[in-house]
Amino acid sequence: MLDTSPQNDRLPSAPGVGYKPQHFNDLMQTPGPVSWIEVHAENYMGEGGRPHAQLRALQERFALSVHGVGLSIGGQEPLDTEHLDRLHILIERTSPASFSEHLAWSTHGAEFMNDLLPLPYTDTTLDHVASHITQVQDKLGRQMLLENPSSYLAFEESTWSETDFLSELVKRTGCGLLLDVNNVFISATNLGYSPQSYVDAYPLHAVGEIHVGGHDEDSDDQGAPLLIDSHGKPVVDPVWALLDYTLRKTGSRPVLVEWDNDVPDWPVLRAEAERAAKALQPVQ
Amino acid sequence: MTVSQSSFREALLDAERPVPAGLNNAVGGPAGARFSVYRNNVIVSLSEALATAFPLVRKLLGTEAFAQLAGVFVRAHPPDSPLIMFYGEALPDFLRDFEPLKHIGYLPDCARLDLAFRQSYHAADAPPFDPSVLQGEDAGQMARARLAPATRLLRSKWPLHDIWRLNMVPDAPKPRAIAQDIMITRPEFDPQPTLLPPGSIDWLERLHAGATFGEATDMVLSSNPTFDLTETLTLALTTHALTDYTTKER
Repeated sequence: MLDTSPQNDRLPSAPGVGYKPQHFNDLMQTPGPVSWIEVHAENYMGEGGRPHAQLRALQERFALSVHGVGLSIGGQEPLDTEHLDRLHILIERTSPASFSEHLAWSTHGAEFMNDLLPLPYTDTTLDHVASHITQVQDKLGRQMLLENPSSYLAFEESTWSETDFLSELVKRTGCGLLLDVNNVFISATNLGYSPQSYVDAYPLHAVGEIHVGGHDEDSDDQGAPLLIDSHGKPVVDPVWALLDYTLRKTGSRPVLVEWDNDVPDWPVLRAEAERAAKALQPVQ
Repeated sequence: MTVSQSSFREALLDAERPVPAGLNNAVGGPAGARFSVYRNNVIVSLSEALATAFPLVRKLLGTEAFAQLAGVFVRAHPPDSPLIMFYGEALPDFLRDFEPLKHIGYLPDCARLDLAFRQSYHAADAPPFDPSVLQGEDAGQMARARLAPATRLLRSKWPLHDIWRLNMVPDAPKPRAIAQDIMITRPEFDPQPTLLPPGSIDWLERLHAGATFGEATDMVLSSNPTFDLTETLTLALTTHALTDYTTKER
């Protein structure tokens, strides 16, 4: 029986960080306010060696969130059942407090594009994504969280807003949501709407986790601002402000700092986690 | 205007193709350069994955030439699995046939060596072979063992071990003009290369295929009379190359 109750979400409502192997010793010795970590599922789908050993050691101290980047839930084609099997094995092995994936696609035919690609929001794609989420939750025997994308362009064919699309997925599948406020800020800037109004329209009751991260600033060929989700810099002030805005509405939630490229020394990432702890303080 | 994922994918890997119609910017105009964000993400992230996975090839070519190679390879052989840590299995054969680099004959073997390191790093853990079962002459002859899941054997007609050492170890001597066999093992977490003496690789392969120590030794000696069992066995035991015979075959 699939348990989709919110009590099944056991990540602490505290700061977490995206785990990078170069931080292993520092994280074990001076974690600061960090009480949970998130790993990319695919990096732990080898057979053994250091990745497995480090994860076992980390799990003795930290709650774990497994975050998939390769399931292609937004794909037009059937899910890759071989990959779903690998994910099932990983989830069984690590019993994480949370599993999440993206509203995006990355596999087409036999090819994996290694990027989170966008999809239009239509009745057809809604049916597809809902059936994929159900398939994943049935296979894993647990609720999953779905993350909102960072958008650089819009599909003319879309008939649903992203927030309504996500609300409907929650209703149909019982999935939870991972609200990435950096992605909200990026998409809102790139597509010209207010990030606060997006948060207002978002089904906040379903949020099991929040992400913050850094982005790059660029412009498109019309000179319009174009923010790029790089996870390679500190979180900017407007994104921290959007986190504050969101937490006032949701109450306390697990907040993850993502930093995947140009990964800094541990004290820099820990300072970001401390900043997240400060944001959580008023709502604890 | 609907945009299929196949048309999106076609435009993604081929910058000559127009951006699919039906993708817009913030004010309803065509997406234009915004589509390039995805193009860049795909090529850059996969090129970086290759640069991480093939340190020896990258060192030999230099960062810039490697990036050019990666750009061509990624478009010709996009990954067929989300396990990006194993991406690039097709690179050795690609290098063999890739006109601009064909003159570097040993490059495909260097790519095979890089791949072997990576596969070893992620291979299953296994307890090392217990040499006490070899005590007593009969027991020693009749014993069996398998290669540990993290062990990889490479035959090369090039001085592959010397080439690896020259590029990866400070103050290493110049490569000798000889063929070299290499064994990759993982005593704990970091894979290590070991230069194998003549006949060793045959003995290890026989053993892994199920021959007893005695059978493997006889077979190798018949074609290679100088084969030194003690030397090979010492190498295999000190590097944790072997595991119990009953350990699941990889």
